[in-house]
Amino acid sequence: MSSLKVEKASTLAERESKNGLASLAVRKFLGRIGTTVFVALVLAFFAIPVLWLVFAPFDAHPSMNVKLPEFTLKNFAVLFGDSSALSSLRNSVVLAAGTMVIVLIFGSVASYALSRVRIPGREVLLYSLLLLSSIITGTAAMVPIFLLMVRLNLIDSQLGVILVLSAGMLPTVIFILKDFMDSTPKSYEESARLYGAKPLRILWDVVIPIARPGLATVSVWAVVQVWGNFLMPFILLTSPDKTPAAVIMYTFYTQGGQPNLALISAFSLVFSLPVILMYFFVSRRYGFRFHGGIKS
Amino acid sequence: MAGITTEHLVKEYPGGVRGVDGLDVEINDGEFFALLGPSGCGKTTLLRTIAGLEKATDGKIRIGGKDVTYLEPGRRHIAMVFQDYALFPHMTVEDNVAYPLKIQKVGKQDRLARAKEVATSLAFEALLKRRPGQLSGGQQQRVALARAIASNPDVFLFDEPLSNLDARLRLEARTFLKRLQLDLGVTTVFVTHDQAEALALADRIAIMKSGKLQQIGTPREVFDRPANTFVASFIGSTPMNLVEGIVDGSTVLIAGTPVPLPSSAVDHVIHGQKVTWGARPEYLQMHPGAQPNTLPGTVTVSENLGAAMLVSIEVGDHLLKVIVNEDLEPELGTPVWIASEPRRTLLFDEEGARIAAPSEEISHPQTLLVNRDSAITP
Amino acid sequence: MPETSSNKEDARTSVRDDAERQTRQKSTHEDEDVVGLGKRRAVAFVAPALALISVFLIFPAVWTLYLGLTNYGLTGSQALNPQFVGIDNYVSALTNPAFLNSLWLTVLFVFGSALIGQSCLGFLIAWMMMRVNKVVRGVVEFFVLLGWIIPSSVSTFLWFALLDGSSGTLNLLLHTPGTAWLLRYPMWSIIVFNTWVGTAFSMLLFSSALASVPPSQLESARSAGAGAWAQLRDVIFPHIRGHILTNTLLITLWTFNTFTPYLLTAGGPDGRSEILPVFIYKLALQNGMLGQGAAISLIMIILNLMIALVYIRLLRTKEQ
Repeated sequence: MSSLKVEKASTLAERESKNGLASLAVRKFLGRIGTTVFVALVLAFFAIPVLWLVFAPFDAHPSMNVKLPEFTLKNFAVLFGDSSALSSLRNSVVLAAGTMVIVLIFGSVASYALSRVRIPGREVLLYSLLLLSSIITGTAAMVPIFLLMVRLNLIDSQLGVILVLSAGMLPTVIFILKDFMDSTPKSYEESARLYGAKPLRILWDVVIPIARPGLATVSVWAVVQVWGNFLMPFILLTSPDKTPAAVIMYTFYTQGGQPNLALISAFSLVFSLPVILMYFFVSRRYGFRFHGGIKS
Repeated sequence: MAGITTEHLVKEYPGGVRGVDGLDVEINDGEFFALLGPSGCGKTTLLRTIAGLEKATDGKIRIGGKDVTYLEPGRRHIAMVFQDYALFPHMTVEDNVAYPLKIQKVGKQDRLARAKEVATSLAFEALLKRRPGQLSGGQQQRVALARAIASNPDVFLFDEPLSNLDARLRLEARTFLKRLQLDLGVTTVFVTHDQAEALALADRIAIMKSGKLQQIGTPREVFDRPANTFVASFIGSTPMNLVEGIVDGSTVLIAGTPVPLPSSAVDHVIHGQKVTWGARPEYLQMHPGAQPNTLPGTVTVSENLGAAMLVSIEVGDHLLKVIVNEDLEPELGTPVWIASEPRRTLLFDEEGARIAAPSEEISHPQTLLVNRDSAITP
Repeated sequence: MPETSSNKEDARTSVRDDAERQTRQKSTHEDEDVVGLGKRRAVAFVAPALALISVFLIFPAVWTLYLGLTNYGLTGSQALNPQFVGIDNYVSALTNPAFLNSLWLTVLFVFGSALIGQSCLGFLIAWMMMRVNKVVRGVVEFFVLLGWIIPSSVSTFLWFALLDGSSGTLNLLLHTPGTAWLLRYPMWSIIVFNTWVGTAFSMLLFSSALASVPPSQLESARSAGAGAWAQLRDVIFPHIRGHILTNTLLITLWTFNTFTPYLLTAGGPDGRSEILPVFIYKLALQNGMLGQGAAISLIMIILNLMIALVYIRLLRTKEQ
């Protein structure tokens, strides 16, 4: 009689453990489904708007919605035939290059001096500059900057835009480069110094070549910032032949009438591609780093 | 003439810390001179002050008789090899070696020829077109040396020249360096924390502690006749045994047992004086049975050193170490007796200074003036 | 007789020497200048950058203080001969329903897009990415990042097209033809748009924060029977609390100041999405009320400053 009971208990235990295993498997399966659904939703949310950028430029009859293209390259012909679109791209290059040059030269020289020489108030200066550049944003300063440029007769001047953008970026650049130089061993410079090299010579022969990675990252960051910057050129430049691509893009779809999707699609792609490529190039080479959370 | 002299050199940092505290050192022309001491003793500070990379707070530095205390580093005709070699990574080996000549405005043909010449003499001609990143540690060191040599300096300064090499390479490099310096005959000052390196390479050694000079002497001198207990325990691959004792007539009482008074201290001590007795493990013998004037003790640890054994022996409250023949492997707890030779032991007073005859005594190291050719007696 | 020191001694002394070198380098660094630049030349090196920053960054900010107290205008006598009006601008701002509306909308915007949208979504994505394989992770991160990288005028158009009433993709997907999202739900539109743009930042920040949680702690929690939620609550959150705060502050600052929604809705319709940046632009540069615009700009700068100071205070306490 008792043996029967024992048998029953063992099969019960077996069944229970099988159930336990089964429920674990079920939970895992549900978890997998959940993750997949989540990933799908996220991908949809982030990719769908971009798909337009991928398909529409190659579509013979582009429309506002995403659809598979009737393949053609004639939209690019439209783009290259539009002189104002092309000149806007050229203007973007001018602004980006100009800012990059100023930021690099002023920034590297300043950060070198700050890294190697103990100037009184150095730390305070750096941190307060960084703070200032974070709170005095384009938005918060658009009024005084506009007025200032009017006073300085730099309205509708690409130089004016370059100077404003450079000034906004320099504190961060100096901070990053100084940090970089601080971690470069001083023995190279000391060695050159002992051989009789003068400071400027040391800067040119030794420091700049060694700081190349830092300088490259900063240049790319500066270019990316300027390339997409809308507000400053928007408020400071008035002639159509000086507006950069970021601003012209806006006029393409806000002027009256039907937007010229052929032009817009091709233009968007050509305008976006350099920045995308640069960004991923830099992050592949030097790793993507955060610098105090400044938006790129 | 490119000897180096410092007169009461002081280097003080903000906050009052003195890296170099009133040093008077005279380094002879053509000498291979070592600055030796533990971390923070000021040896690297001294080197960098001689180079001009640090400005002296007080005192003078003369190179070849000329006062260079306030002279720009680049004008002192000094070449320095840093611990990390500081080879410019973006230049080829050739350009690295030729760099000092480029600064000296030597024409391209001439300086590349000189670079080749030096590279050949140091046996790395084949590497001239490579970049420093492609070289091994030993090769980098030679390139750094070549660059220093190519600049034709009056003085070489080396900051820990061998510490970046792995142990095996270090020994080879050591011989190489010694030979090189002899060939070139240029005054060389090098910094090291490795006493064996200093003993092997240097003509004379300056031992420093906390910014102050402890002793200057030839390797033989600092090894056989250390000026104080610090030097005595710093020099020597196995530290000298230093034990408290009390003078008792013509013996010293160590843990109650009399041992012969060291010969150098005879007539210079008084009965009952508290002293420190110093004996190197290499100069002690271990006997299995009791002998006159030996210290009785028990074996605690035996360490195998390859061709010898390092035996730690407990004598009363003290632990003494003796180096014995490799064939002996005394077991833990074995009673042994330690014998010493009066000519090979030393005595130090309560302040740590060595007790010896005034003529023989290395008194104030700050005023030392030694010529390489004449050693101090005996 | 053994000539070389034992390796152990070597290792110990070399560790001590590294410490000595570091302290020496630090004091050298603080005391001397390595290449003999000299204080005068060093100041000359810093001067150009400093000059540029002073003129185009610091001066405008300071000038705002003054401008906010005048009735500067773009045209007419207000441009030629501005009068000092004291705190009139501030009073009119604080009683201006348009301004108060804008302020409220901005609060909603920051709350919805930054605090809820970017932070939560960014964290969720970062967390989920820990459990998927490398390929999936790479693809997802790529598309999320694209929102951040694509120039703002292009991304606004992409959303403009997506939300278009007559032929936008969203209407197609949701089978809601004819819904003009930007007109009917302007705030929602800009909130979702801004989340789309900014999530990448939070995702990356949380990714590295999560990666820094020691896996051994997670595993011991798991073997103690903790489920996913318990692991999150007991192991992960305590570790990344600092990061959450940092992230929140930074994206708050950024979202508060972003002008990009202007390109989507231009603050409309009828000011229903007129966040502060758009409000200032319209008031000062379209309607020409520079003095009032300056006053409000100052308010903005002060609010920015407060956010930044909280951030700095946080950094300080973290370091301690």
